[in-house]
Amino acid sequence: MNNIVFLPVLLPLITGVVLIFFAKKTGIQKGISLLSSLCGVAAALFLVQYISKTGIQALQVGSWKAPFGIVIVADMLAALLVLTTSLVGTAVLLYSFRGIGQEREKFYFYSIFQFLLVGVNGAFLTGDIFNLFVFFEVMLMASYVLLVLGGTKAQLQESLKYILVNVISSALFVITVAYLYSIVGTLNMADIGRRISEAGQPGILTVIAVLFLVVFGLKGAIFPLFYWLPGSYYAAPIPVLALFGALLTKVGIYSILRTYTLMFPHKQGYTHELLAILAILTIIVGVIGAIAYWDIKKIIIYNIVIAVGVIAFGISLMNQDGLSGSLFYLIHDMIIKAALFLLVGIMMKITGTSSLREMGGLIRIYPVLGWTFFLAAISLAGIPPFSGFAGKLLILQGAAEKGAFIGMAVVLVSSLLVLYSIIRIFIYGFWGKEKTYSPPSHIHVTKLLTPAILLVAVSILYGIGTEFVYPFIIQGTEPLLDPQIYIDAVLKEEG
Amino acid sequence: MKTNDLILQTVTKVAAFVIILFSISIFLGGHYSPGGGFVGGLMTSCAVVLLLLAYDLKTVAGLLPIDYKIMIACGLLISVSTVAGSWLFDAPLMTHAFSDFNFPVLGKTTLHTAVLFDLGVYLVVIGVTMTIIQTIGESE
Repeated sequence: MNNIVFLPVLLPLITGVVLIFFAKKTGIQKGISLLSSLCGVAAALFLVQYISKTGIQALQVGSWKAPFGIVIVADMLAALLVLTTSLVGTAVLLYSFRGIGQEREKFYFYSIFQFLLVGVNGAFLTGDIFNLFVFFEVMLMASYVLLVLGGTKAQLQESLKYILVNVISSALFVITVAYLYSIVGTLNMADIGRRISEAGQPGILTVIAVLFLVVFGLKGAIFPLFYWLPGSYYAAPIPVLALFGALLTKVGIYSILRTYTLMFPHKQGYTHELLAILAILTIIVGVIGAIAYWDIKKIIIYNIVIAVGVIAFGISLMNQDGLSGSLFYLIHDMIIKAALFLLVGIMMKITGTSSLREMGGLIRIYPVLGWTFFLAAISLAGIPPFSGFAGKLLILQGAAEKGAFIGMAVVLVSSLLVLYSIIRIFIYGFWGKEKTYSPPSHIHVTKLLTPAILLVAVSILYGIGTEFVYPFIIQGTEPLLDPQIYIDAVLKEEG
Repeated sequence: MKTNDLILQTVTKVAAFVIILFSISIFLGGHYSPGGGFVGGLMTSCAVVLLLLAYDLKTVAGLLPIDYKIMIACGLLISVSTVAGSWLFDAPLMTHAFSDFNFPVLGKTTLHTAVLFDLGVYLVVIGVTMTIIQTIGESE
C-alpha cells in the first residue's frame, strides 16, 4: 500500500496536534518535535529511494478513482523537495531550541512550526489544484502566526502588509481556479493537463496561465510582485526568517514549475517568453537590492529574490538542461538560504546589530563561524566544487541551446554580483578591526552554530556528490519534459 | 442604576438548551439532510455565546469548565486519527467504512466512520469560535 507517500504530511500534522496538549511544557515540546523531524527526514529518504525504484507513486485518497477523488502524487521532483524541506526543517528546529526564546515557545511556536511543514509538504505532494490552494492556505496561515508571534511593533506592522498581500493573492487563486474549472471541468492536475492538451490550449487558457503566473508570482516573489517580501521578511525573528526564506517562496516557484510544465506547455511563445522576461527583471532587481544595502539581513533577503529569478529563468527555457538546472538550483538554494540566515542570525546575536558598518573583526574570536560563512558564501555564488555551480551551469547550457543569450549574460553577471554582495559581509563583518559591542563581546555560540554547520555540510556534500545526485534530478525532470508520464501514472486505472 | 437581566436570563436558560439540542440534531443529520459538523458546531457555540451575553465570562466558565484550546486539539486528533486509521486496515488514507447494526431500542441503524471525522470538525469549530470570543472578551 502506498500510504507512505502521505507520511511527510501526516507526521507533522499529528505532531502539531499533539504539541497543543503540551503548550506550557517546553521540554516535552522540544523532544517530540525533534523526534518527529528526524522521523520525517527518514521517511523522506525512504520515499526518494522508493520512487527511484518504482517510479511515480499516486495515492488515491479515500479509495476514489483518480479524476474524482484527491490524488497525492509523489514523483521524484516532489520527493526531492520534501526531503530538502525535512532537512531544512530539522536544522531550523535545532536552531530554534536556542534561538527563539521562552515567551514564543510557550505560545504554540512548535505546533505552528509543524503546521507550516504540513502546508509546504502538502503543496509539494498534491495532485489536485484546489487541494494545492488548501495547502497553500495551511502554509500561509501558519506563516502569519509565525511572523506576528512575539508582537513587537515591526512584526505587527509588517504582518499586516504580508497578510493583506496574501489574502488578495489567495482570492485571485480561487478566481483563477474557478475560471479554469468552468473551462476544463475538472480539478485534478493530470486530468486538467490531459484536457488542455486535447483542446490545444486556446486563448482563454493562455489567459488563465498568465493569471496563475500572477498568483504564484505573488507567492514566490517574481519581479513586479516581489515588493512585499523585503519588509515582511525583515521583521521575522531569525529561525522563522530561515524557514520562510528557504521554503515559502520556493513553493510558489514549484507551483509555477508544475503548472507550466504539466498544464500549459502548449503556447510557449507567449507564456514562457513572459516568464523569461519577468525572471530576468527579477534577477536585476534582486541584484540591485543585494548590492545597495549595508544591512546583512537585507542583503540575504534580496538574494532570495535573485535565486527566484534564476530558477524561474531555468523553467522558462523548457529543455532538459534548463529544467534539471532549475531543480538542482532550487534544492541548493533551499539549503543554502536557510544556512545563511542562521549564520547571519548568529552574527547578529554576537554584535547586537544587523548593520555591516558597525561590525568587524569577528574572525579572531569566532573562526569556525567565519569560515563556515565563507564556505556558505562561495557555495551561494556557485564556485565550482560547491553546490551552486552545477545548477547554474546547466541553466546556462540550457540558455545557450535555446539561444537566450541576454538571459545567459544576466545570470552570469548576477553570479558575480551575488558573490560581491555576500563577500562584502565576510570582508566587513569578519575581517578588519575588532569592535566592541554593547553586550559581552564573547558569547557561546556552539549550540546555535551546529545546525548551520550541518546545513553547510549537506550543501557541500550536495556539490561534491553531483554525479551521485544527477540521476535523481534527471528522473525528477522526466515528467516535466513529457507530461504524459505524469498523466499516465495518475490516471492509469482508467483505460 | 443597577440593571436587571431577569427576563433575558430566564429566556436564555430555556433557549440555550433548545439551541444545543437542535445543533446536535443538525450535526447528526448531516449525512442525509443539510447540516453537518460545521453548522452544528457554529450553532452550539451560538448557544454558549447566548449564555455569555446573559451572564458573564466567569459564570459561564464555571458552568462549562472547558479549555477550548484543548478542545481544538481533541477535535483535530479525532479527525486525523480517522484519516490515519484506515492505514491499519491496509486501505488508502481517508477511506471510510460503514455497516448496519441492530440496537435494542433504536432498531436497525447505519453507522459510518465519516461521523467520527465530522465529530472532529464539530469540536474544532466550537473550540475555535469560543477561543476567539473568549480571548477578545477577556482582553482589556
